[in-house]
Amino acid sequence: MLEIRGLRASAGGNEILRGIDLTVNAGEVHAIMGPNGSGKSTLAQVLAGHPAYEVTGGRVSYLGQDLLEMEPEERAQAGVFLAFQYPVEIPGVSNAYFLRAACNEIRKARGLEELDPMDFLDVLEEKLKVVEWGPEIMSRAVNSGFSGGEKKRNEILQMAVLEPRLAVLDETDSGLDIDALRIVAGGVNRLRRPDNATIVVTHYQRLLNYIVPDYVHVLSGGRIVRSGGKELALELEARGYDWVEAPAGVA
Amino acid sequence: MTATWVRRFDATATPDEPEWLRPVRRAAIDRFAGTGFPAPRDEEWRFTPVAAITQAEFEPARPGSRVSRDAIAPFVFGHAEWPLLVFIDGRFDASLSMVPALPGGARAGSLAEAITAGDATLARHLGHHAPVESSGFTALNTAFIQDGAFVHVPAGVELAMPVHLVFVSSGETEGTVAQPRNLIVIEAAARASVVESYVTLAPGRRYFTNAVTEVVSGEGAWTEHTRIQRESDSAYHIGLTHVEQAAGSHYRSFTLAMGGAIARHNLHVRLNAPRIETLLYGLYLTRGDQLVDNHTAIHHDHPDCNSWEVYKGVMAGESRAVFNGKVLVRPEAQKTDAKQTNRNLLLSDGARVHTKPQLEIFADDVKCTHGATVGRLDDVALFYLRSRGIDAATARVLLTYAFAAEVVEEVALEPVRLELERLVRERLGAGD
Repeated sequence: MLEIRGLRASAGGNEILRGIDLTVNAGEVHAIMGPNGSGKSTLAQVLAGHPAYEVTGGRVSYLGQDLLEMEPEERAQAGVFLAFQYPVEIPGVSNAYFLRAACNEIRKARGLEELDPMDFLDVLEEKLKVVEWGPEIMSRAVNSGFSGGEKKRNEILQMAVLEPRLAVLDETDSGLDIDALRIVAGGVNRLRRPDNATIVVTHYQRLLNYIVPDYVHVLSGGRIVRSGGKELALELEARGYDWVEAPAGVA
Repeated sequence: MTATWVRRFDATATPDEPEWLRPVRRAAIDRFAGTGFPAPRDEEWRFTPVAAITQAEFEPARPGSRVSRDAIAPFVFGHAEWPLLVFIDGRFDASLSMVPALPGGARAGSLAEAITAGDATLARHLGHHAPVESSGFTALNTAFIQDGAFVHVPAGVELAMPVHLVFVSSGETEGTVAQPRNLIVIEAAARASVVESYVTLAPGRRYFTNAVTEVVSGEGAWTEHTRIQRESDSAYHIGLTHVEQAAGSHYRSFTLAMGGAIARHNLHVRLNAPRIETLLYGLYLTRGDQLVDNHTAIHHDHPDCNSWEVYKGVMAGESRAVFNGKVLVRPEAQKTDAKQTNRNLLLSDGARVHTKPQLEIFADDVKCTHGATVGRLDDVALFYLRSRGIDAATARVLLTYAFAAEVVEEVALEPVRLELERLVRERLGAGD
């Protein structure tokens, strides 16, 4: 589904990604871990097409398409979803309006009919269950005045409505208390299907108790320095990132 | 041109003019003859050069333009039962208006008719509040008081439906001027909502509207006043709204300004007693080479009053906007709570805004704050929307609309709010 080869990217002239190689197949969950500043959030943002980052080398193939050539909205329409580390507040736009607008853009791209507000409400009713919310959240402005936990839940709600093929969760666990973490992780698990894939970017192993990955990759200095199964996350938790920061093979 | 206007005044003397009105108009033309129009050096008009208006010869619009009901239908909104007063080039048109019997002796009708009828409330208030010293335009309007709207809600009477005043520029000929004059009197403990719309049938026409509205809000009265200015993009619009508030009254205003080559609105509110609440909201949307200016002044003369003001602007193209917000707190006005906010969104490199909060505070136990911002659309928010599949152009419109709509939400009356939202959506190119 996703093939990243030699990906390099910089922001404001500083190179942050220095040659990433990663393959993600349908049905898989990959965790990207690493210390602060290792480039894991940059990788997530580059995959979504954030204009602040300049890709300086490598290629990314997504479902046979050149992902790097696509606009952010085209990536979303093709099924890429980024759950933001810091979801943006949009006062003046209701959650309902925003979600329906996004949903319809993506339906259009998939050759499906657009949903009118009534039909959309029916779809929404099911999706709200994923994050254990009632309908009252829909009349509030997007993320405006939301708590940290509510913002993250709203990201998962968007993910539930947009039904991505490839979901990238950027530090979705940061700032969550244990109840919110359970709800958010539960939502992600309910959305797992054999034909979609998830990349979980996180600093801590804690989230991976709830979203169990098939593969764990450790990012350091803009490169993947170690890959393994889910047990790698536990080892990192026990031994710290210092353990892997030296190039693989030396430790 | 000043001299032309003074000559015209001498020609307007009518034998049946009531005795109380003549001196009001005479004082105004004397004032105008002495000081004329605002000059470029006038600080109050620094960013709004009005030479294009004052150097040109505008002919008073001739009465009798035939306008059909269908032609004004696009400007009428809300419910069919709402009292509707239509003015064509400043003159009341009874055939296009719809004024049902109002409760409790409340009245809404033509100012000219009320003058002829010798109305006592009118005589007490008309021309006694908006000072002719405030500008040459106000003096000129007062000197030529003829027609406009007169709304009177007696003490304790509640108007369930808003009164809609529609001022239509027929645009039948180029270069005409209309000077509607309005008086709105909401007596003690009365409640009313008034909407003023300034519209045109000829979007490309150059004409001049010089409007003055006096509002008198009695003790404990509640008034919502909405002003929608969507003149032709080639027209000139100068307006003054002067408000007098009595003790315990609540006055809330919403101003939407989106028309005019040069459009200026002055909103002056005098808080004449304690425990008054004043809410001023505004939105200006400019494009092309429009210049839209909003000047507000809130006079806190007594203790325990609150004023809350939020004006927002969205500027595109090479357009200009001006916001000047004066808050004057006299030494007697202790415990004043005044907050002013002006936020501006520039959509292009060529757009400009001059924003100036002006707080003059002479009391020591007060809470007064102000803030002004000028910015562009947030790149992160744009990316957020695009990452959800919404294309860049639509995302820009959505964020722009959201910025503007936030202040429209403050309009209390729902049908009015919905119409304002529709107008803003239409202007910004936002869909449903």
